[in-house]
Amino acid sequence: MINFQYARANDVADAVRMIATDPTAKFIAGGTNLIDLMKEDVERPSGLIDISRLPLKGVEETSDGGVRIGALVPNSDLAWHPLIEQRYPLLRNAILAGASQQLRNMASTGGNLLQRTRCAYFYDIATPCNKREPGSGCSAIGGINRIHAILGTSESCIATHPSDMCVALAALDAKVHVTGPAGERVLAFTDFHRLPDSSPQTDTNLHPNELITAVELPAKGFPANYSYLKIRDRLSYAFALVSIAAAMELEGGTIGEARLALGGVAHKPWRDSAAESALRGQPANQTTFEQAADILLRDARGYEHNTFKIDLARRGIVRTLTQAAQATPQSQSDKKIR
Amino acid sequence: MVCHDGNWAPGLGISRREVLTGTVALGAIGSGRPSYADETQRPATALRQDNQVSKSMTLYIGTPTSRVDGRAKVTGEAKYAGEFNTSGLAYSSVVESTIPKGRIVRIDTSDALRVEGVLDVLTHENRPRMAGTDQAWKDDVAPEEGSPFRPLYDDKIMFSGQPIALVLAEEWEIARYAASLVRVEYEKQAFVTDLYQQRDQAFVVKKPDKPHGDAGRAFAAAAVRHEAEYFIPTEHHNPMELFASTAVWDGDDKLTVYDKTQGVQNVQRYLCSVFNKKSDDLRVISPYVGGAFGAGLRPQYEAVLAVLGALALERSVRLVLTRRQMYGLGHRPATIERLALGAKADGTLDAVTHEAIAVTSQFEDFSRNDTGWAALLYKSANAKYVHRLARLDVPTSCDMRAPGAAPGVYALESAMDELAVALKIDPVELRLRCYSDRDQNEGVPYTSKQLRECYRQGAVAFGWDKRSAEPRSMRDGSELVGWGMATGVWEALQMPAAARIVLTANGHAEVSCAASDIGTGTYTILAQVAADMLGLPIENISIKLGDSSLPQAPVEGGSWMAASASHAVATTAQEVRGELLALAKAMKGSPLADAKFEDTMLADGKVVSKQDASRAVSITDAMRHGAVDRIEKEKTNSFPDDSSHARNTHSAVFAEVKVDEQLGVIRVTRVVSATAAGRILNTKTAHSQIMGGVVWGIGMALHEETVFDHRFGRIMNANIAEYHVPVNADVQDIKVVFVDEPDTIINPLGIKGLGEIGIVGVAAAIANAVYHATGKRVRDLPITLDKLQRST
Repeated sequence: MINFQYARANDVADAVRMIATDPTAKFIAGGTNLIDLMKEDVERPSGLIDISRLPLKGVEETSDGGVRIGALVPNSDLAWHPLIEQRYPLLRNAILAGASQQLRNMASTGGNLLQRTRCAYFYDIATPCNKREPGSGCSAIGGINRIHAILGTSESCIATHPSDMCVALAALDAKVHVTGPAGERVLAFTDFHRLPDSSPQTDTNLHPNELITAVELPAKGFPANYSYLKIRDRLSYAFALVSIAAAMELEGGTIGEARLALGGVAHKPWRDSAAESALRGQPANQTTFEQAADILLRDARGYEHNTFKIDLARRGIVRTLTQAAQATPQSQSDKKIR
Repeated sequence: MVCHDGNWAPGLGISRREVLTGTVALGAIGSGRPSYADETQRPATALRQDNQVSKSMTLYIGTPTSRVDGRAKVTGEAKYAGEFNTSGLAYSSVVESTIPKGRIVRIDTSDALRVEGVLDVLTHENRPRMAGTDQAWKDDVAPEEGSPFRPLYDDKIMFSGQPIALVLAEEWEIARYAASLVRVEYEKQAFVTDLYQQRDQAFVVKKPDKPHGDAGRAFAAAAVRHEAEYFIPTEHHNPMELFASTAVWDGDDKLTVYDKTQGVQNVQRYLCSVFNKKSDDLRVISPYVGGAFGAGLRPQYEAVLAVLGALALERSVRLVLTRRQMYGLGHRPATIERLALGAKADGTLDAVTHEAIAVTSQFEDFSRNDTGWAALLYKSANAKYVHRLARLDVPTSCDMRAPGAAPGVYALESAMDELAVALKIDPVELRLRCYSDRDQNEGVPYTSKQLRECYRQGAVAFGWDKRSAEPRSMRDGSELVGWGMATGVWEALQMPAAARIVLTANGHAEVSCAASDIGTGTYTILAQVAADMLGLPIENISIKLGDSSLPQAPVEGGSWMAASASHAVATTAQEVRGELLALAKAMKGSPLADAKFEDTMLADGKVVSKQDASRAVSITDAMRHGAVDRIEKEKTNSFPDDSSHARNTHSAVFAEVKVDEQLGVIRVTRVVSATAAGRILNTKTAHSQIMGGVVWGIGMALHEETVFDHRFGRIMNANIAEYHVPVNADVQDIKVVFVDEPDTIINPLGIKGLGEIGIVGVAAAIANAVYHATGKRVRDLPITLDKLQRST
């Protein structure tokens, strides 16, 4: 860990101003990922701008029936917030599938979006990694890649985004509010994270010196038919091998609006409009679910150790859609898969 | 209520007795001997041997006494190696090699030295003097063959993660930052870290396990055969407490080293040897250890480097390793195990071949007994065992809970399960048909062996009779249910050890011994033994451990400490009794005037006649009449060298898994461990010990693996987020059953120790349950869902 400056921002404008004066500084909120990365010398910020006291901690209803979540709302507060619990149980379940209680208490909503990959090579500064050191090469391709991506990979990088919460946010069509030197703007959640292409060092489409201020959920929350299923190497406190967020509206046995997003398989939460189209208007049954899974995974590609993820994701998608359709969402406390 | 002297905790012994045993006949009060309303309500392991020591009363031994150090631990009063403070303390940080093999061409410390607050940067080029012979670097438990690792000794790189520089600074953060500025130029050399790449170069090490008969021929002729290879990956201990050392500079070249270790005297002798110090000039203290599991048996490099820093600065230095650096220490070696079992159709074994290839470093030959266990468990006229070592460019592997047995018995018990399937015999029944009452390696009987009873009681507690034999035949909704079992076996070793007891006239005793308590409960069991042997309430006993200046103790490992240290205390307590009796006899009109030593005991604060409890003199009276303020005794206990019996602990482990049929997610929903390990000194700490072993067995079966990238020769999951151990959700219903195992041969108190036995067999029981659930046999640990998907 290198020596760094520490400063506290008083308001959003202050924070944006401060970071503009030092392009190698970073914002810090909960610090649950950044501090780890600094200890490993992966992140070497010259300064930390503490935003943890900014007034971004509200969870409020919006005029169009949605909910606006302040960027500094802790993950655990969000999961247990009545509005989320009642109207967006998919989000609540995804959050509770992640990390540990202690980490969720510290981690912020905005920080969760910006957590970085768990690729072992990214964490080990003695090995090449294009994401950490552009142009040095990808060690995971041809290396230990059991947890790596099967969709949207590039020759530069096969890392995955590790968040659970973001998978649900992607499925729910959330929006991300950001403020920067040029003012405020809003990004669709699915446009927030990016694929690695030839510049895997850039995780998101957030511009330099921009600050996430809020995440907004639209009115539609799928409180009746949803499920978040996380498949991992132990029953808690492990990153997803594959996770699936599924939500749908059912009229009789027919699917109306449908959402399907995957975690642990790509550089970003993976949503595929073709797969969702294949669900809409179809009977909620095994065949429909299998077709949607096949479509979503049509371009999936395995590497030496992670080919199993393709079949696992397929089975997981079918299972999660079934849970959603039957209104038997996966419990995050009872580890038996429903 | 009879209490001759009210000034030492009057009545405490009585109330404690009620709490602990639940049933006390009133007539027992003051009689100096506990008497139970019904003999069957005695603690299951109450002393039964007809000998001097065990005739004493046992108010505490065998009871679920809470940890005497529990309060200190939960309040933070208990200090660990990295927590001892002293004025002028300097902090240090290690720079590690990023390559596995080669030479340091240049090491540039100039940037680091320029950081304000940096005191010095030590490398092989400028360090203080250290010993230059292998002999000087050999600690008490070093492998016989090889050259022990010497940190910062020269320019040679022998493994990735090797310490190559030590930054010393005023603050820990400064040291850590400066360490990141040290630039190293290497000359890289070809290396290998993959056991499979090196297996053909493996060499046979001499093992004590003798072959008998002709296993190869018998196997070829056997009616039913099973042959397979099993794999156990490299595993790391991951104790919660990081390895740390605080070397306190006492002036005049004298040092007190607070170190995380399982053996303070081993570290003390080693450091004195390495730094050419007189034993009076260097003392090692380690009162509490936050887990070690074998990682702290040998002195680790943090102790050497902290002392090196202190010598360089002539100032106190602390070094705490990072979690990543902990993966540069020893580990359970990756091991390939090959089993070939040949049986008659009736299930009796005719041929056992067990071969192992385990990893060691390029510079030391570390090997443990992976292959000899079958001879302890199963009769077979023909058996052959071969243990090989393969050299890799990694640190020397080391002991980790049940070294040899945890991997070796996993393979053996998996193979036995496969044989049971081939024979269509129930797995428990197969083990009973092959049951051996003798150690076939040595051709001797056991001091005690209640393994049959372990199978019986474990099966009953588990409900094994309701098992349907066919794989995939038991279900719970979307999950396949599997029931598997395995046998556990470990050694019941005992070592010479000494204890000092200082008894004061107010009825308090301080008991001291250099032994470490690595979290196993040594403080507590020694307090129990001392309280019973001295006839005092446990509150009046204070235990001092973990200081090299205290009476001799072996390193805490191998499950030998309970027996070794308990007998040291019991033996010394006899000396105390002898002196008390002499004082009591000297009193005018003494009721013990003609009492013989062997006819007396200490109970309820008195020297008392075993024949007539009314003939008694209180300890306080005896000491006051003799004008003695304190009685101090120190004795060493050694166990007779007796090879006429084998000494082992045993267990039968039963496991239930539920496997999601579509997704392959495995849950261990129930484990029963029925353990026979002689006298259980403390049913509470013993229960925790076994439960911890079972949890680790779950990890071994399903989670644990140190992952190498063999292109870099580096560990890619050197942290406990990515190196998985079981979390609470993975640990469900664990039942521990202690099978009564009186042992009048092994030692006077009948103690065997149970530090290791808890883990042995657990991984096999789970692997066998996974097979039973799914019909799929995964033979390389850990069993993950992708392997289950791949296997047929």
